[in-house]
Amino acid sequence: MAGSPLPVADRPLVSPRTRATVRVRRSVGWVILGVLGLTMIFPFAWSLSTSFQGTDRLLQVPPQLIPESPTLDAYRRVAEVIPLVRIVINSIVVSVSVTVLQIVTSALAGYGLARFKFKGRQVLFLLYLGTLMVPSQVTIVPLFIGMSQLGWLNSLQALILPMIASAFGVFLFRQYFLQMPDEMEEAAAIDGAGPWRTFWKVAFPYARPVAATHGILAFMASWNSFLWPLFIARDEQSMTLPVGLASLHGRYQTDWNLVMAGSVIAVVPVILVFAAMQRHIAAGLLLGGVNR
Amino acid sequence: MTWLGSARRWWVAFLAPSFVLLIIFTIVPIAAAGVLSLFQWDLLTDPEFVGLGNFAELARDRQFRSAVVHTLVFIAGYLPVVMVVGLSLALLLNRRSRLAGVSRVVFFMPVVSAWVAVALMWRWMLNSRFGVINWMLGLIGIEGPQWLFERGWAMVSVIGVSVWKDAGFVMILFLAGLQAIPADCREAAFVDGANPWQTFWKVTLPLLTPTVFLVSVILLINSFQVFEQVWILTGGGPLESTTVVVEQIVRNAFSFGRMGYAAAMSWILFAFIFTVTLIQTRLQRRWVHYGG
Repeated sequence: MAGSPLPVADRPLVSPRTRATVRVRRSVGWVILGVLGLTMIFPFAWSLSTSFQGTDRLLQVPPQLIPESPTLDAYRRVAEVIPLVRIVINSIVVSVSVTVLQIVTSALAGYGLARFKFKGRQVLFLLYLGTLMVPSQVTIVPLFIGMSQLGWLNSLQALILPMIASAFGVFLFRQYFLQMPDEMEEAAAIDGAGPWRTFWKVAFPYARPVAATHGILAFMASWNSFLWPLFIARDEQSMTLPVGLASLHGRYQTDWNLVMAGSVIAVVPVILVFAAMQRHIAAGLLLGGVNR
Repeated sequence: MTWLGSARRWWVAFLAPSFVLLIIFTIVPIAAAGVLSLFQWDLLTDPEFVGLGNFAELARDRQFRSAVVHTLVFIAGYLPVVMVVGLSLALLLNRRSRLAGVSRVVFFMPVVSAWVAVALMWRWMLNSRFGVINWMLGLIGIEGPQWLFERGWAMVSVIGVSVWKDAGFVMILFLAGLQAIPADCREAAFVDGANPWQTFWKVTLPLLTPTVFLVSVILLINSFQVFEQVWILTGGGPLESTTVVVEQIVRNAFSFGRMGYAAAMSWILFAFIFTVTLIQTRLQRRWVHYGG
Protein backbone atom coordinates (compact mmCIF):
# COMPACT_ATOMS: atom_id res chain seq x y z
CA MET A 1 0.00 0.00 0.00
CA ALA A 2 2.47 2.65 -1.07
CA GLY A 3 1.55 6.27 -1.41
CA SER A 4 -0.99 6.48 1.36
CA PRO A 5 -1.07 10.13 2.35
CA LEU A 6 0.03 11.02 5.83
CA PRO A 7 -3.00 11.45 8.03
CA VAL A 8 -3.85 15.06 8.49
CA ALA A 9 -3.35 14.71 12.21
CA ASP A 10 0.39 14.16 11.85
CA ARG A 11 0.98 17.56 10.38
CA PRO A 12 2.33 20.21 12.70
CA LEU A 13 -0.24 22.91 11.92
CA VAL A 14 -2.49 21.82 14.78
CA SER A 15 -2.87 23.18 18.29
CA PRO A 16 -2.01 20.86 21.22
CA ARG A 17 -5.64 20.60 22.30
CA THR A 18 -6.85 19.42 18.92
CA ARG A 19 -3.96 17.02 18.88
CA ALA A 20 -5.23 15.45 22.08
CA THR A 21 -8.72 14.96 20.65
CA VAL A 22 -7.20 13.44 17.58
CA ARG A 23 -5.22 11.04 19.72
CA VAL A 24 -8.36 9.98 21.57
CA ARG A 25 -10.16 9.46 18.28
CA ARG A 26 -7.34 7.34 16.93
CA SER A 27 -7.32 5.15 20.02
CA VAL A 28 -11.06 4.62 19.70
CA GLY A 29 -10.43 3.66 16.10
CA TRP A 30 -7.87 1.06 17.12
CA VAL A 31 -10.22 -0.38 19.74
CA ILE A 32 -12.99 -0.81 17.17
CA LEU A 33 -10.49 -2.37 14.77
CA GLY A 34 -9.29 -4.70 17.50
CA VAL A 35 -12.78 -5.94 18.22
CA LEU A 36 -13.56 -6.43 14.53
CA GLY A 37 -10.20 -8.14 14.05
CA LEU A 38 -10.98 -10.59 16.81
CA THR A 39 -14.32 -11.28 15.14
CA MET A 40 -12.40 -12.21 12.01
CA ILE A 41 -9.87 -14.42 13.76
CA PHE A 42 -12.09 -16.14 16.27
CA PRO A 43 -13.92 -18.54 13.88
CA PHE A 44 -10.56 -19.74 12.56
CA ALA A 45 -9.20 -20.21 16.05
CA TRP A 46 -12.34 -21.99 17.13
CA SER A 47 -12.22 -24.40 14.17
CA LEU A 48 -8.56 -25.10 14.78
CA SER A 49 -9.31 -25.83 18.40
CA THR A 50 -12.23 -28.12 17.58
CA SER A 51 -10.10 -30.04 15.10
CA PHE A 52 -7.68 -30.95 17.92
CA GLN A 53 -10.47 -31.98 20.26
CA GLY A 54 -11.30 -35.61 21.04
CA THR A 55 -14.77 -36.72 20.05
CA ASP A 56 -15.78 -37.22 23.68
CA ARG A 57 -14.91 -33.61 24.51
CA LEU A 58 -16.83 -32.00 21.65
CA LEU A 59 -20.11 -31.44 23.39
CA GLN A 60 -18.86 -30.42 26.78
CA VAL A 61 -20.08 -27.32 28.56
CA PRO A 62 -18.40 -24.93 28.91
CA PRO A 63 -16.56 -25.37 25.60
CA GLN A 64 -12.78 -24.88 25.73
CA LEU A 65 -10.78 -22.78 23.32
CA ILE A 66 -7.55 -24.52 24.30
CA PRO A 67 -8.13 -28.30 24.28
CA GLU A 68 -7.15 -29.92 27.58
CA SER A 69 -5.85 -33.03 25.89
CA PRO A 70 -5.21 -32.10 22.26
CA THR A 71 -5.17 -34.98 19.82
CA LEU A 72 -4.62 -35.57 16.11
CA ASP A 73 -7.38 -38.16 16.09
CA ALA A 74 -9.71 -36.10 13.94
CA TYR A 75 -7.06 -35.66 11.25
CA ARG A 76 -6.29 -39.36 11.32
CA ARG A 77 -9.95 -40.25 10.99
CA VAL A 78 -10.50 -37.82 8.11
CA ALA A 79 -7.75 -39.62 6.24
CA GLU A 80 -9.51 -42.93 6.97
CA VAL A 81 -13.06 -42.06 5.97
CA ILE A 82 -12.25 -40.16 2.79
CA PRO A 83 -9.25 -40.63 0.45
CA LEU A 84 -7.69 -37.46 1.80
CA VAL A 85 -4.30 -37.75 0.11
CA ARG A 86 -5.94 -38.38 -3.22
CA ILE A 87 -8.30 -35.43 -2.74
CA VAL A 88 -5.47 -33.07 -1.82
CA ILE A 89 -3.48 -34.24 -4.85
CA ASN A 90 -6.53 -33.69 -7.06
CA SER A 91 -6.91 -30.19 -5.70
CA ILE A 92 -3.25 -29.42 -6.33
CA VAL A 93 -3.22 -30.91 -9.83
CA VAL A 94 -6.38 -29.08 -10.86
CA SER A 95 -5.45 -25.72 -9.35
CA VAL A 96 -1.87 -25.73 -10.64
CA SER A 97 -2.88 -26.84 -14.14
CA VAL A 98 -5.67 -24.28 -14.37
CA THR A 99 -3.37 -21.54 -13.12
CA VAL A 100 -0.44 -22.30 -15.41
CA LEU A 101 -2.57 -22.88 -18.50
CA GLN A 102 -4.63 -19.77 -17.81
CA ILE A 103 -1.52 -17.63 -17.54
CA VAL A 104 0.06 -19.00 -20.70
CA THR A 105 -3.02 -18.86 -22.93
CA SER A 106 -4.07 -15.47 -21.60
CA ALA A 107 -0.60 -13.99 -22.05
CA LEU A 108 -0.43 -15.29 -25.62
CA ALA A 109 -3.87 -13.99 -26.52
CA GLY A 110 -3.28 -10.68 -24.76
CA TYR A 111 -0.08 -10.24 -26.74
CA GLY A 112 -1.86 -11.15 -29.95
CA LEU A 113 -4.54 -8.54 -29.33
CA ALA A 114 -2.11 -5.85 -28.25
CA ARG A 115 0.79 -6.13 -30.68
CA PHE A 116 -0.73 -7.24 -33.97
CA LYS A 117 -3.03 -5.34 -36.30
CA PHE A 118 -5.53 -7.52 -38.06
CA LYS A 119 -9.08 -7.37 -39.30
CA GLY A 120 -11.59 -8.16 -36.61
CA ARG A 121 -9.23 -7.44 -33.73
CA GLN A 122 -11.70 -5.07 -32.12
CA VAL A 123 -14.57 -7.53 -32.54
CA LEU A 124 -12.54 -10.31 -30.99
CA PHE A 125 -11.66 -8.16 -28.01
CA LEU A 126 -15.28 -7.17 -27.49
CA LEU A 127 -16.27 -10.82 -27.70
CA TYR A 128 -13.89 -11.58 -24.83
CA LEU A 129 -15.28 -8.72 -22.79
CA GLY A 130 -18.83 -9.78 -23.58
CA THR A 131 -18.34 -13.25 -22.11
CA LEU A 132 -17.32 -11.61 -18.84
CA MET A 133 -20.86 -10.38 -18.45
CA VAL A 134 -22.46 -13.80 -18.58
CA PRO A 135 -22.61 -15.51 -15.18
CA SER A 136 -20.93 -18.91 -15.07
CA GLN A 137 -24.20 -20.56 -14.08
CA VAL A 138 -25.42 -20.12 -17.66
CA THR A 139 -22.68 -22.31 -19.11
CA ILE A 140 -22.73 -24.88 -16.38
CA VAL A 141 -25.73 -26.95 -17.46
CA PRO A 142 -24.66 -27.35 -21.11
CA LEU A 143 -21.08 -28.03 -20.03
CA PHE A 144 -22.28 -30.68 -17.62
CA ILE A 145 -24.30 -32.36 -20.38
CA GLY A 146 -21.29 -32.21 -22.70
CA MET A 147 -19.00 -33.76 -20.11
CA SER A 148 -21.42 -36.53 -19.30
CA GLN A 149 -21.86 -37.31 -23.03
CA LEU A 150 -18.08 -37.55 -23.36
CA GLY A 151 -17.98 -39.86 -20.37
CA TRP A 152 -15.81 -37.33 -18.56
CA LEU A 153 -17.74 -37.17 -15.31
CA ASN A 154 -15.38 -37.85 -12.42
CA SER A 155 -12.37 -36.91 -14.50
CA LEU A 156 -9.79 -34.27 -13.74
CA GLN A 157 -9.73 -32.98 -17.32
CA ALA A 158 -13.40 -32.06 -16.92
CA LEU A 159 -12.39 -29.94 -13.95
CA ILE A 160 -9.46 -28.34 -15.78
CA LEU A 161 -10.31 -27.80 -19.46
CA PRO A 162 -13.39 -25.53 -19.15
CA MET A 163 -11.57 -23.26 -16.71
CA ILE A 164 -8.54 -22.41 -18.86
CA ALA A 165 -9.81 -19.71 -21.21
CA SER A 166 -9.98 -16.59 -19.07
CA ALA A 167 -11.45 -13.48 -20.64
CA PHE A 168 -10.39 -11.57 -17.57
CA GLY A 169 -6.79 -12.77 -17.90
CA VAL A 170 -6.70 -11.87 -21.59
CA PHE A 171 -7.98 -8.42 -20.71
CA LEU A 172 -5.29 -7.89 -18.06
CA PHE A 173 -2.43 -9.04 -20.29
CA ARG A 174 -3.69 -7.02 -23.25
CA GLN A 175 -3.76 -3.83 -21.21
CA TYR A 176 -0.26 -4.52 -19.97
CA PHE A 177 1.21 -5.33 -23.38
CA LEU A 178 -0.33 -2.19 -24.83
CA GLN A 179 1.96 -0.21 -22.51
CA MET A 180 5.09 -2.19 -23.34
CA PRO A 181 7.83 0.11 -24.70
CA ASP A 182 8.49 -0.53 -28.40
CA GLU A 183 12.26 -0.49 -27.89
CA MET A 184 12.16 -3.82 -26.10
CA GLU A 185 10.71 -5.62 -29.10
CA GLU A 186 12.79 -3.68 -31.58
CA ALA A 187 15.99 -4.79 -29.92
CA ALA A 188 14.87 -8.40 -30.19
CA ALA A 189 13.81 -7.91 -33.80
CA ILE A 190 17.24 -6.53 -34.74
CA ASP A 191 18.73 -9.69 -33.31
CA GLY A 192 16.53 -11.54 -35.82
CA ALA A 193 13.95 -12.90 -33.43
CA GLY A 194 10.47 -13.48 -34.81
CA PRO A 195 7.25 -12.84 -32.88
CA TRP A 196 7.31 -16.21 -31.14
CA ARG A 197 10.82 -15.91 -29.76
CA THR A 198 10.32 -12.26 -28.93
CA PHE A 199 7.26 -13.16 -26.91
CA TRP A 200 9.04 -15.73 -24.78
CA LYS A 201 12.34 -13.85 -24.44
CA VAL A 202 11.06 -10.32 -24.01
CA ALA A 203 7.33 -9.86 -23.68
CA PHE A 204 6.43 -12.64 -21.26
CA PRO A 205 9.20 -11.78 -18.78
CA TYR A 206 8.09 -8.15 -19.04
CA ALA A 207 4.56 -9.15 -18.00
CA ARG A 208 5.68 -11.02 -14.89
CA PRO A 209 3.75 -8.74 -12.50
CA VAL A 210 0.50 -9.45 -14.29
CA ALA A 211 1.31 -13.14 -14.39
CA ALA A 212 1.90 -13.16 -10.64
CA THR A 213 -1.25 -11.24 -9.79
CA HIS A 214 -3.48 -13.13 -12.13
CA GLY A 215 -1.86 -16.40 -11.16
CA ILE A 216 -2.66 -15.99 -7.49
CA LEU A 217 -6.24 -15.02 -8.16
CA ALA A 218 -6.66 -17.95 -10.55
CA PHE A 219 -5.12 -20.36 -8.07
CA MET A 220 -7.40 -19.27 -5.24
CA ALA A 221 -10.50 -19.30 -7.39
CA SER A 222 -9.67 -22.80 -8.54
CA TRP A 223 -8.66 -24.13 -5.12
CA ASN A 224 -11.87 -22.81 -3.55
CA SER A 225 -14.26 -23.53 -6.40
CA PHE A 226 -17.26 -25.62 -5.52
CA LEU A 227 -20.13 -25.35 -8.00
CA TRP A 228 -18.51 -26.91 -11.07
CA PRO A 229 -16.70 -29.68 -9.14
CA LEU A 230 -20.00 -30.43 -7.40
CA PHE A 231 -21.45 -31.31 -10.81
CA ILE A 232 -18.41 -33.18 -12.12
CA ALA A 233 -16.64 -34.85 -9.20
CA ARG A 234 -19.18 -37.23 -7.80
CA ASP A 235 -17.02 -40.11 -6.77
CA GLU A 236 -14.50 -39.67 -4.02
CA GLN A 237 -11.48 -40.49 -6.16
CA SER A 238 -12.01 -37.42 -8.33
CA MET A 239 -13.12 -34.94 -5.68
CA THR A 240 -11.35 -31.72 -4.86
CA LEU A 241 -11.17 -30.39 -1.30
CA PRO A 242 -14.34 -28.27 -1.16
CA VAL A 243 -16.48 -31.09 -2.56
CA GLY A 244 -14.77 -33.64 -0.34
CA LEU A 245 -15.43 -31.40 2.62
CA ALA A 246 -19.10 -31.05 1.77
CA SER A 247 -19.43 -34.81 1.43
CA LEU A 248 -17.56 -35.35 4.70
CA HIS A 249 -20.06 -33.10 6.40
CA GLY A 250 -22.92 -34.88 4.68
CA ARG A 251 -21.85 -38.19 6.19
CA TYR A 252 -20.55 -37.13 9.59
CA GLN A 253 -23.00 -34.40 10.53
CA THR A 254 -22.19 -34.34 14.20
CA ASP A 255 -18.48 -35.23 14.21
CA TRP A 256 -17.50 -31.61 14.18
CA ASN A 257 -13.86 -32.32 14.98
CA LEU A 258 -13.66 -34.31 11.73
CA VAL A 259 -15.37 -31.60 9.70
CA MET A 260 -13.22 -28.87 11.25
CA ALA A 261 -10.04 -30.85 10.58
CA GLY A 262 -11.12 -31.02 6.93
CA SER A 263 -11.83 -27.28 6.90
CA VAL A 264 -8.42 -26.52 8.36
CA ILE A 265 -6.77 -28.60 5.65
CA ALA A 266 -8.71 -26.72 2.98
CA VAL A 267 -8.10 -23.25 4.39
CA VAL A 268 -4.50 -23.27 5.61
CA PRO A 269 -2.72 -23.54 2.22
CA VAL A 270 -4.51 -20.54 0.70
CA ILE A 271 -4.00 -18.44 3.79
CA LEU A 272 -0.28 -19.23 3.65
CA VAL A 273 -0.07 -18.44 -0.06
CA PHE A 274 -1.95 -15.26 0.61
CA ALA A 275 0.18 -14.14 3.53
CA ALA A 276 3.31 -14.76 1.47
CA MET A 277 2.11 -12.87 -1.58
CA GLN A 278 -0.18 -10.32 -0.01
CA ARG A 279 0.91 -7.44 -2.17
CA HIS A 280 0.15 -9.04 -5.50
CA ILE A 281 -3.28 -10.03 -4.35
CA ALA A 282 -4.29 -6.60 -3.20
CA ALA A 283 -3.07 -5.19 -6.51
CA GLY A 284 -4.91 -7.90 -8.41
CA LEU A 285 -8.18 -7.34 -6.68
CA LEU A 286 -7.95 -3.69 -7.45
CA LEU A 287 -7.43 -4.51 -11.09
CA GLY A 288 -10.39 -6.76 -11.32
CA GLY A 289 -12.69 -7.28 -8.42
CA VAL A 290 -15.31 -8.35 -10.94
CA ASN A 291 -13.72 -11.68 -11.51
CA ARG A 292 -13.49 -13.28 -8.17
CA MET B 1 5.74 -1.56 -32.41
CA THR B 2 3.24 -3.81 -34.12
CA TRP B 3 4.34 -6.86 -36.02
CA LEU B 4 4.26 -6.30 -39.79
CA GLY B 5 5.32 -8.06 -42.96
CA SER B 6 5.57 -11.82 -42.85
CA ALA B 7 5.40 -11.74 -39.05
CA ARG B 8 1.90 -10.26 -39.02
CA ARG B 9 0.20 -13.60 -39.62
CA TRP B 10 1.47 -14.83 -36.29
CA TRP B 11 -1.52 -13.33 -34.51
CA VAL B 12 -3.43 -16.51 -35.31
CA ALA B 13 -0.95 -18.62 -33.37
CA PHE B 14 -1.03 -16.29 -30.40
CA LEU B 15 -4.80 -16.15 -30.20
CA ALA B 16 -5.63 -19.72 -31.15
CA PRO B 17 -5.16 -21.59 -27.84
CA SER B 18 -7.20 -19.18 -25.77
CA PHE B 19 -9.82 -18.49 -28.39
CA VAL B 20 -10.47 -22.09 -29.33
CA LEU B 21 -11.02 -22.91 -25.65
CA LEU B 22 -13.21 -19.84 -25.23
CA ILE B 23 -15.41 -20.98 -28.12
CA ILE B 24 -15.70 -24.58 -26.95
CA PHE B 25 -16.14 -23.97 -23.25
CA THR B 26 -17.83 -20.58 -23.04
CA ILE B 27 -19.38 -19.31 -26.25
CA VAL B 28 -20.90 -22.58 -27.46
CA PRO B 29 -22.30 -23.40 -23.99
CA ILE B 30 -23.88 -19.94 -23.72
CA ALA B 31 -25.64 -20.51 -27.04
CA ALA B 32 -26.45 -24.09 -26.06
CA ALA B 33 -28.08 -22.88 -22.86
CA GLY B 34 -30.38 -20.76 -24.98
CA VAL B 35 -31.36 -23.71 -27.19
CA LEU B 36 -31.60 -26.03 -24.20
CA SER B 37 -34.04 -23.72 -22.45
CA LEU B 38 -36.55 -24.52 -25.21
CA PHE B 39 -36.41 -28.24 -24.52
CA GLN B 40 -37.40 -30.67 -21.87
CA TRP B 41 -34.58 -33.13 -21.29
CA ASP B 42 -33.71 -35.53 -18.50
CA LEU B 43 -30.63 -36.93 -20.31
CA LEU B 44 -32.22 -40.40 -20.25
CA THR B 45 -34.93 -40.02 -22.89
CA ASP B 46 -34.82 -37.92 -26.05
CA PRO B 47 -35.09 -34.15 -25.63
CA GLU B 48 -38.55 -32.80 -26.32
CA PHE B 49 -39.13 -29.36 -27.83
CA VAL B 50 -41.44 -27.28 -25.65
CA GLY B 51 -40.91 -23.79 -27.08
CA LEU B 52 -41.23 -21.22 -24.34
CA GLY B 53 -42.92 -23.77 -22.14
CA ASN B 54 -40.10 -23.75 -19.58
CA PHE B 55 -40.36 -20.01 -19.18
CA ALA B 56 -44.13 -20.18 -18.86
CA GLU B 57 -43.73 -22.81 -16.18
CA LEU B 58 -41.11 -20.72 -14.39
CA ALA B 59 -43.55 -17.84 -14.17
CA ARG B 60 -45.96 -20.12 -12.33
CA ASP B 61 -43.37 -22.06 -10.32
CA ARG B 62 -43.97 -21.15 -6.68
CA GLN B 63 -40.59 -22.50 -5.60
CA PHE B 64 -38.71 -20.49 -8.20
CA ARG B 65 -40.60 -17.36 -7.34
CA SER B 66 -39.73 -17.87 -3.70
CA ALA B 67 -36.08 -18.36 -4.72
CA VAL B 68 -36.14 -15.04 -6.59
CA VAL B 69 -37.72 -13.29 -3.61
CA HIS B 70 -35.18 -14.75 -1.20
CA THR B 71 -32.29 -13.81 -3.45
CA LEU B 72 -33.59 -10.23 -3.39
CA VAL B 73 -34.09 -10.35 0.38
CA PHE B 74 -30.51 -11.59 0.72
CA ILE B 75 -29.23 -8.74 -1.45
CA ALA B 76 -31.30 -6.16 0.44
CA GLY B 77 -29.82 -7.32 3.73
CA TYR B 78 -26.29 -8.09 2.64
CA LEU B 79 -25.41 -5.26 0.27
CA PRO B 80 -25.89 -2.20 2.51
CA VAL B 81 -24.37 -3.86 5.55
CA VAL B 82 -21.27 -5.18 3.83
CA MET B 83 -20.69 -1.83 2.15
CA VAL B 84 -20.97 0.10 5.41
CA VAL B 85 -18.73 -2.38 7.27
CA GLY B 86 -16.19 -2.50 4.45
CA LEU B 87 -16.09 1.29 4.14
CA SER B 88 -15.72 1.72 7.90
CA LEU B 89 -12.82 -0.72 7.94
CA ALA B 90 -11.19 1.13 5.06
CA LEU B 91 -11.57 4.49 6.82
CA LEU B 92 -10.07 3.05 10.00
CA LEU B 93 -7.18 1.42 8.17
CA ASN B 94 -6.36 4.26 5.81
CA ARG B 95 -3.21 5.24 7.66
CA ARG B 96 0.43 4.38 7.66
CA SER B 97 1.20 1.95 10.38
CA ARG B 98 2.63 -1.47 10.80
CA LEU B 99 -0.53 -2.50 12.61
CA ALA B 100 -2.63 -1.38 9.64
CA GLY B 101 -0.70 -3.79 7.41
CA VAL B 102 -1.25 -6.67 9.79
CA SER B 103 -4.93 -5.80 10.11
CA ARG B 104 -5.36 -5.95 6.36
CA VAL B 105 -4.09 -9.53 6.41
CA VAL B 106 -6.46 -10.40 9.24
CA PHE B 107 -9.50 -8.96 7.51
CA PHE B 108 -8.53 -10.72 4.34
CA MET B 109 -8.33 -14.23 5.78
CA PRO B 110 -12.05 -14.95 5.30
CA VAL B 111 -11.90 -13.56 1.77
CA VAL B 112 -9.29 -16.05 0.57
CA SER B 113 -10.79 -19.06 2.36
CA ALA B 114 -13.08 -21.50 0.58
CA TRP B 115 -16.77 -20.78 1.07
CA VAL B 116 -17.44 -24.40 1.90
CA ALA B 117 -14.91 -24.40 4.75
CA VAL B 118 -16.08 -21.03 6.07
CA ALA B 119 -19.73 -22.05 5.97
CA LEU B 120 -18.95 -25.26 7.84
CA MET B 121 -17.02 -23.36 10.49
CA TRP B 122 -20.03 -21.14 11.07
CA ARG B 123 -22.44 -24.01 10.95
CA TRP B 124 -20.59 -25.49 13.89
CA MET B 125 -20.41 -22.23 15.79
CA LEU B 126 -24.10 -21.53 15.18
CA ASN B 127 -25.15 -24.97 16.35
CA SER B 128 -28.05 -24.23 18.65
CA ARG B 129 -27.19 -26.63 21.47
CA PHE B 130 -23.42 -27.03 21.41
CA GLY B 131 -22.35 -24.02 19.37
CA VAL B 132 -20.04 -21.46 20.88
CA ILE B 133 -22.22 -18.54 19.82
CA ASN B 134 -25.22 -19.61 21.84
CA TRP B 135 -22.94 -20.51 24.73
CA MET B 136 -21.54 -16.98 24.74
CA LEU B 137 -25.04 -15.52 24.50
CA GLY B 138 -25.96 -17.72 27.45
CA LEU B 139 -23.19 -16.10 29.50
CA ILE B 140 -25.00 -12.79 29.24
CA GLY B 141 -28.35 -14.40 29.89
CA ILE B 142 -29.69 -14.62 26.35
CA GLU B 143 -31.07 -17.85 25.01
CA GLY B 144 -29.92 -17.91 21.42
CA PRO B 145 -32.26 -19.08 18.68
CA GLN B 146 -31.79 -22.12 16.46
CA TRP B 147 -29.94 -19.90 14.03
CA LEU B 148 -30.05 -22.08 10.93
CA PHE B 149 -33.32 -23.86 11.56
CA GLU B 150 -35.73 -21.05 12.33
CA ARG B 151 -37.48 -19.01 9.69
CA GLY B 152 -36.10 -15.49 9.70
CA TRP B 153 -33.01 -16.31 11.72
CA ALA B 154 -31.79 -18.59 8.95
CA MET B 155 -31.68 -15.73 6.46
CA VAL B 156 -30.15 -13.43 9.06
CA SER B 157 -27.42 -16.02 9.62
CA VAL B 158 -26.73 -16.42 5.90
CA ILE B 159 -26.47 -12.65 5.50
CA GLY B 160 -24.32 -12.25 8.62
CA VAL B 161 -21.85 -14.93 7.61
CA SER B 162 -21.65 -13.46 4.09
CA VAL B 163 -20.88 -10.02 5.50
CA TRP B 164 -18.21 -11.55 7.72
CA LYS B 165 -16.59 -13.24 4.73
CA ASP B 166 -16.72 -10.35 2.25
CA ALA B 167 -16.07 -7.31 4.47
CA GLY B 168 -12.32 -7.53 3.84
CA PHE B 169 -12.84 -7.64 0.09
CA VAL B 170 -14.99 -4.51 0.16
CA MET B 171 -12.43 -2.90 2.47
CA ILE B 172 -9.61 -3.38 -0.05
CA LEU B 173 -11.63 -1.81 -2.84
CA PHE B 174 -12.51 1.20 -0.69
CA LEU B 175 -8.91 1.56 0.53
CA ALA B 176 -7.82 1.94 -3.07
CA GLY B 177 -10.50 4.56 -3.59
CA LEU B 178 -9.50 6.44 -0.46
CA GLN B 179 -5.86 6.48 -1.42
CA ALA B 180 -6.73 8.05 -4.74
CA ILE B 181 -8.26 11.06 -2.96
CA PRO B 182 -5.70 13.89 -2.87
CA ALA B 183 -4.61 14.68 0.69
CA ASP B 184 -5.04 18.44 0.23
CA CYS B 185 -8.82 18.06 -0.16
CA ARG B 186 -9.18 16.76 3.35
CA GLU B 187 -6.50 19.08 4.67
CA ALA B 188 -8.42 22.04 3.32
CA ALA B 189 -11.52 20.89 5.14
CA PHE B 190 -9.49 20.46 8.29
CA VAL B 191 -8.02 23.95 8.08
CA ASP B 192 -11.54 25.30 7.59
CA GLY B 193 -12.37 23.75 10.95
CA ALA B 194 -14.45 20.79 9.79
CA ASN B 195 -14.61 17.86 12.21
CA PRO B 196 -13.99 14.32 10.90
CA TRP B 197 -17.71 13.64 10.63
CA GLN B 198 -18.28 16.71 8.45
CA THR B 199 -15.15 16.01 6.45
CA PHE B 200 -16.39 12.51 5.70
CA TRP B 201 -19.84 13.56 4.50
CA LYS B 202 -18.86 16.75 2.69
CA VAL B 203 -15.47 15.86 1.23
CA THR B 204 -14.47 12.22 1.41
CA LEU B 205 -17.75 10.55 0.48
CA PRO B 206 -18.50 12.72 -2.58
CA LEU B 207 -14.96 12.12 -3.84
CA LEU B 208 -15.40 8.42 -3.17
CA THR B 209 -18.61 8.00 -5.17
CA PRO B 210 -16.86 6.43 -8.18
CA THR B 211 -15.58 3.68 -5.87
CA VAL B 212 -18.97 3.33 -4.21
CA PHE B 213 -20.45 2.84 -7.65
CA LEU B 214 -17.84 0.28 -8.69
CA VAL B 215 -18.19 -1.67 -5.46
CA SER B 216 -21.96 -1.73 -5.65
CA VAL B 217 -21.87 -3.04 -9.22
CA ILE B 218 -19.42 -5.80 -8.36
CA LEU B 219 -21.26 -6.81 -5.20
CA LEU B 220 -24.65 -6.81 -6.85
CA ILE B 221 -23.45 -9.06 -9.67
CA ASN B 222 -21.86 -11.42 -7.16
CA SER B 223 -24.76 -11.48 -4.76
CA PHE B 224 -27.27 -12.49 -7.42
CA GLN B 225 -25.11 -15.61 -7.70
CA VAL B 226 -25.24 -16.39 -3.97
CA PHE B 227 -25.04 -20.15 -3.56
CA GLU B 228 -22.34 -21.89 -1.51
CA GLN B 229 -23.19 -20.36 1.84
CA VAL B 230 -26.85 -21.25 1.39
CA TRP B 231 -26.07 -24.76 0.20
CA ILE B 232 -23.89 -25.54 3.21
CA LEU B 233 -25.48 -23.45 5.97
CA THR B 234 -29.17 -24.09 5.44
CA GLY B 235 -29.63 -26.12 2.27
CA GLY B 236 -32.33 -23.61 1.38
CA GLY B 237 -34.33 -24.40 4.48
CA PRO B 238 -36.08 -24.26 6.79
CA LEU B 239 -39.27 -24.54 4.76
CA GLU B 240 -37.51 -23.01 1.74
CA SER B 241 -37.05 -19.77 3.63
CA THR B 242 -33.51 -19.32 2.31
CA THR B 243 -33.75 -20.99 -1.10
CA VAL B 244 -32.04 -18.90 -3.83
CA VAL B 245 -31.92 -18.88 -7.63
CA VAL B 246 -28.59 -20.65 -8.19
CA GLU B 247 -29.55 -23.30 -5.67
CA GLN B 248 -32.73 -23.95 -7.69
CA ILE B 249 -30.63 -24.23 -10.86
CA VAL B 250 -28.41 -26.79 -9.17
CA ARG B 251 -31.31 -28.76 -7.74
CA ASN B 252 -33.14 -28.94 -11.04
CA ALA B 253 -30.12 -29.92 -13.09
CA PHE B 254 -28.41 -32.04 -10.51
CA SER B 255 -31.13 -33.72 -8.47
CA PHE B 256 -34.24 -33.62 -10.68
CA GLY B 257 -32.51 -34.06 -14.04
CA ARG B 258 -34.47 -31.15 -15.54
CA MET B 259 -31.80 -29.77 -17.83
CA GLY B 260 -33.94 -27.49 -20.01
CA TYR B 261 -35.70 -26.06 -17.01
CA ALA B 262 -32.41 -25.34 -15.23
CA ALA B 263 -31.03 -23.70 -18.38
CA ALA B 264 -34.11 -21.48 -18.57
CA MET B 265 -33.53 -20.46 -14.96
CA SER B 266 -29.92 -19.57 -15.72
CA TRP B 267 -31.07 -17.27 -18.52
CA ILE B 268 -33.47 -15.54 -16.14
CA LEU B 269 -30.57 -15.05 -13.72
CA PHE B 270 -28.50 -13.56 -16.52
CA ALA B 271 -31.39 -11.27 -17.46
CA PHE B 272 -31.69 -10.07 -13.88
CA ILE B 273 -27.98 -9.31 -13.58
CA PHE B 274 -27.85 -7.64 -16.97
CA THR B 275 -30.87 -5.43 -16.28
CA VAL B 276 -29.76 -4.36 -12.83
CA THR B 277 -26.24 -3.53 -14.01
CA LEU B 278 -27.71 -1.53 -16.87
CA ILE B 279 -29.97 0.42 -14.51
CA GLN B 280 -27.05 1.08 -12.17
CA THR B 281 -24.94 2.39 -15.03
CA ARG B 282 -27.75 4.66 -16.17
CA LEU B 283 -28.38 6.02 -12.68
CA GLN B 284 -24.74 6.71 -11.92
CA ARG B 285 -24.85 10.09 -13.67
CA ARG B 286 -27.16 11.35 -10.95
CA TRP B 287 -24.91 10.69 -7.99
CA VAL B 288 -21.39 9.75 -9.02
CA HIS B 289 -18.85 12.60 -9.17
CA TYR B 290 -15.99 12.05 -11.56
CA GLY B 291 -12.91 14.22 -11.65
CA GLY B 292 -12.98 17.58 -9.92
